Amino acid sequence: MAAYLAKRFLIALATLIVASMVVFAVLEILPGDPAQLMLGMNASPDAVEALREQMGLNQPVVLRYLAWIGGLAVGDFGRSFTYSSPVIELIAERAIVSVPLALMSLALSTVIAIPVGLYAAARRGRASDTAMMGAAQVGVAIPNFWFALLLIYVFAVWLRLVPAGGFPGWSGGIWPGIKSLLLPAVALALPQAAILARVTRSALLEVLGEDYIRTARAKGMPRRIVLWRHALRNAMIPVLTIMGLQFAFLLAGTIIIENVFYLPGLGRLAFQAITQRDLIVVEGVVMILVASVIAVNFLVDVAYAVVDPRLRLAA
Amino acid sequence: MTVSEEHGYEAQAPGILRQAFANRSFVTGVVITAAIALMALVSFFWTPYDVTNLIVADRMKPPESAHWFGTDHFGRDILSMIMVGSRNSIAVAIVAVGIGMGLGVPLGCWAAARGGWLDEVLMRFNDLVFAFPALLSAVMITAIFGPGAVNAIIAIGIFNVPVFARVARAGALALWPREFILSARAAGKGKVLITLEHILPNIASMLLVQGTIQFALGILAEAGLSYLGLGAQPPMPSWGRMLFDAQTRMMVAPYLAIFPGVAIVITVLGLNLLGDGLRDVLDPRLRRER
Repeated sequence: MAAYLAKRFLIALATLIVASMVVFAVLEILPGDPAQLMLGMNASPDAVEALREQMGLNQPVVLRYLAWIGGLAVGDFGRSFTYSSPVIELIAERAIVSVPLALMSLALSTVIAIPVGLYAAARRGRASDTAMMGAAQVGVAIPNFWFALLLIYVFAVWLRLVPAGGFPGWSGGIWPGIKSLLLPAVALALPQAAILARVTRSALLEVLGEDYIRTARAKGMPRRIVLWRHALRNAMIPVLTIMGLQFAFLLAGTIIIENVFYLPGLGRLAFQAITQRDLIVVEGVVMILVASVIAVNFLVDVAYAVVDPRLRLAA
Repeated sequence: MTVSEEHGYEAQAPGILRQAFANRSFVTGVVITAAIALMALVSFFWTPYDVTNLIVADRMKPPESAHWFGTDHFGRDILSMIMVGSRNSIAVAIVAVGIGMGLGVPLGCWAAARGGWLDEVLMRFNDLVFAFPALLSAVMITAIFGPGAVNAIIAIGIFNVPVFARVARAGALALWPREFILSARAAGKGKVLITLEHILPNIASMLLVQGTIQFALGILAEAGLSYLGLGAQPPMPSWGRMLFDAQTRMMVAPYLAIFPGVAIVITVLGLNLLGDGLRDVLDPRLRRER
């Protein structure tokens, strides 16, 4: 298992380094001089030049890349031009919205999807299976931001149970924060749950056709126990893969939902920073998100090894 | 024995139509997709009202006999806007799938044919693209290079490339050790010719299924981008933009938010059903358990 994990870890690390080069290179070729943008169109060329020097923009690309990546390694993401505060603080400030939101949606989607998938697989071909999978098929097709609009209309405008948008922060206690993340989490979770339910069902059906399931049933083990203990565990690999992908998607993919609900999350930070050409912020946010995707994928690899003993021995 | 005798796709040709029309997903998917395509085509010749014509006297009309889906804040007919908007959604998604297939399939086939370090490099590169959150990156690309339908297409298309590369590579890798490929190689055919003559026809059905799925995802991505104002620009109507406009007026006119959303759901649902149906019919090995 150590060899398997070491190999996955090295691949993750290499991907991260190459990704940092890509991020840096893409923003390097961007049109627009950050110094010029900060000072405005009427600034004197001398002032722009002085600021370029101060920001280190006149140094060779390789040196600037090394300085940037060296900073990232010790948690120094640089300073934002527009917010004039350290990028790491901006990210931390926004992450306390995005991370709880992603976790809430993932939890919701899992709690809905696994039982639905299990139930549908156990009642394969019956009316309840057809109805559930039909609903999942529609769920997959619903854009989450449209579902969000419908939720706002029903629960915020009409029933007035929750706020229609905005985020009060966590200082006033947990509940107001949770309350304002409730609708966004549901909006994000529904399409994800529909996908996850379909994957769970088909993974289970595949496993239920195996000989060891028949053996377990033949020796008199109750259906319920076979389903939960034998089938679900063996069906977990594809389910975990999708959950890993979904968590990564939820962390970064909330950008539209954050706009719908006016939530100050990471996606909106990146979106606003790019329109203001605050490149150091964009670089920081994208790197954090890419690193989380890579980390989540690595954790999924670790989880494979935990649920599948064959992987622990092989490789 | 000729090589073509081994070709699964030729042998299954006769019964395939009958099979297809017995498949509920496929039939429903075809009907919905054809209806949406027809709506887009008709919009070129006729719409109930002209969408570039702003009639302020008719603004914010709820659904009625003259305007089935109501009118927006400029007095434009929602039904007409949905019809014209379908063109935009379809065009963006189709070209984005084209970019993904056009680049991804040759890359995947190349990786499978060459193997070794090239395969490794291409697949690691694939992993790299997958590490970038697709939607956020698409938002960045359109925000950097300017909003508009063309940049939206490119932004969505880039993230289709690794998807198709992966599918093509997996399909091709499974074929290379087969006897009919070996006999073609023994006959002295080169790898390019074998890929064109034998590999591609045999993975075409997988690619078609994946294409339908990516088409549906493209429609959703385009709607998201144009909701953020990064897709097709006004006055060209787009479904995502219509939902954005609807959001601020939801208190007074909830119907504005209903119809464009329903249009997206129906289109994506149709394409997904079509994809599922195609997979059942074309690739019995991948048949969903039912």
